[in-house]
Amino acid sequence: MILAEAVQSDGGFAMQMLVILVTAGLTENILLTRFLGMCPFLSVSRELRSAAGMGLAVVFVTTGTCFLNSVLYWYVLKPLAAYHVPIESLKLILFIVVIAAFVQLMEMLIERISIGLYFALGIFLPLITVNCAILGASLFMVNKQYGPAASLFYGLGAGGGWMLAIVLMAGIRHRLAKAKIPAGLEGPGITLVIAGIMAMAFIIFQGMVKV
Amino acid sequence: MIAILIATALVFAISGTFAALLLVAERYLVNYGRCEIDINASQRTLSVKGGESLLSSLMAEGVFVPSACGGRGTCAYCKVKVAAGAGPLAPTEAPLLSEDEIRDNVRISCQVKVRNDVRIEIPPELFAIKRFVGTVEALRDLTHDIKELRIALVDPPEIDFVPGQYIQLEVPSYGGGRGEVYRAYSMSNPPSEARHVETIIRLVPEGICTTWVFQHLRVGDAVALTGPYGEFRLSDSPREMVWIAGGSGMAPFWSILRHMIENDIRRKCTYFFGAVAKRDLFLIDELGRLAEELDWFTFVPALSSPAAEDNWDGEQGLITEVVARHLSDGAEMEGYLCGSPGMIDAAIDVLHKKSITDNRIFYDKFA
Repeated sequence: MILAEAVQSDGGFAMQMLVILVTAGLTENILLTRFLGMCPFLSVSRELRSAAGMGLAVVFVTTGTCFLNSVLYWYVLKPLAAYHVPIESLKLILFIVVIAAFVQLMEMLIERISIGLYFALGIFLPLITVNCAILGASLFMVNKQYGPAASLFYGLGAGGGWMLAIVLMAGIRHRLAKAKIPAGLEGPGITLVIAGIMAMAFIIFQGMVKV
Repeated sequence: MIAILIATALVFAISGTFAALLLVAERYLVNYGRCEIDINASQRTLSVKGGESLLSSLMAEGVFVPSACGGRGTCAYCKVKVAAGAGPLAPTEAPLLSEDEIRDNVRISCQVKVRNDVRIEIPPELFAIKRFVGTVEALRDLTHDIKELRIALVDPPEIDFVPGQYIQLEVPSYGGGRGEVYRAYSMSNPPSEARHVETIIRLVPEGICTTWVFQHLRVGDAVALTGPYGEFRLSDSPREMVWIAGGSGMAPFWSILRHMIENDIRRKCTYFFGAVAKRDLFLIDELGRLAEELDWFTFVPALSSPAAEDNWDGEQGLITEVVARHLSDGAEMEGYLCGSPGMIDAAIDVLHKKSITDNRIFYDKFA
């Protein structure tokens, strides 16, 4: 309730950003309520360490690309709408270009700066270039008409929520290793069932905040 | 109209900017300059361009570290002790190394990038591995999907090897932009034919090397290879032997058997050879005749699912089942295996059940 009031009463800037962050991460968790980014969620959640690495890589990339794409949208694409440029379809192409280039650049940069960080996070970067959650975050932020600052927090929240979900799943699957699972449900099957149950827990909070 | 032009220009401008950025980044970020590789306490030092894997840097300079998978980080053959300069252990290496090896600074050289000067230690005999250039002398169909490739060596003209060892064939880039790749094949000729290298190659659908051999290679073509590699060979003991092979796994045994005949080594051995149907069998007449002539050699070919028209009255079933039926007690025997990783694992299980211990089972596993 407090969150909802904060938004309605047009509280301070910091409060608004906090609400966007929490909403993106929890009540509108991009993985568990939108079901985006499922492939790495299913395949990399076997082990906590790599799940955390993958999660961090997603946080990093969504934050960066949401901000860049927001700047691109508001300061380059939007002004062109006046000339009847089809910015809605153009943004799809350009967002993907930005994401791909950003991921490539970051991979090179991280490998140069810190090998330790590269092994922990960098090796996952090429895997998430085509992760739909990343593009999804950029497109949702446009739908919600967030400016660059809000997009930064939205990206951070969306990535953080994705990371939270995959880390939780890795923890559950770690315990699952000792559980007796019906043969037909082993592997992705039981993981999807669990993801469904987790999604219910997240969706429950959806009515709390309207942004 | 204007809108289309603006949109096109925009996509061009933005993609172009990023492409330029990436090129600049590649020029400055991925450039590691020249790096020194010091081998065995300065016995040899190499100056290489940084940024490549340790394995390919060494190969390019003529130090042939064995590698069966061609640098994909799966076979774990290219282990090299890196005393300094390797950086932290990559997640792709850890599963392939034992705790002792990690403590001893052993690394998977195809997964280590040369980013600065490194000091490594390798067995001195690796210096004996050479690169050979030869010409294809014969390319003969053994079955519908297995060929025998015979290469006449030109430079250097002779290869000195132990029967059971393998070479790596250098596959040049063909159709498509990939660079050359290396694939490991056991030699099937005996060492007495030192001027030739013979291998048995089975067509792998979509396989880079086998497609090249089956579709592009012609008699008279020049080919390059490195070798000899591998520890797979006859032991010094007089124990009775069980050989198990499937498909192109025939190669090392065909070499070892002819070597034994030439050198009059009369060690008792039974050779189990598995195939699917009659059309997958080869060299059967030769081996059958040798089995009749030699009192120490027994040959047991087996088909897992013979076709109706094969009229097969020999052994039937998976080769491991046939071995299980034939062998009573293996406590004083040695096992020699060559075939697919799956076949090798299954064969090891069977040999264990016949009480052949791990230190008496020998194989090279090409993944």
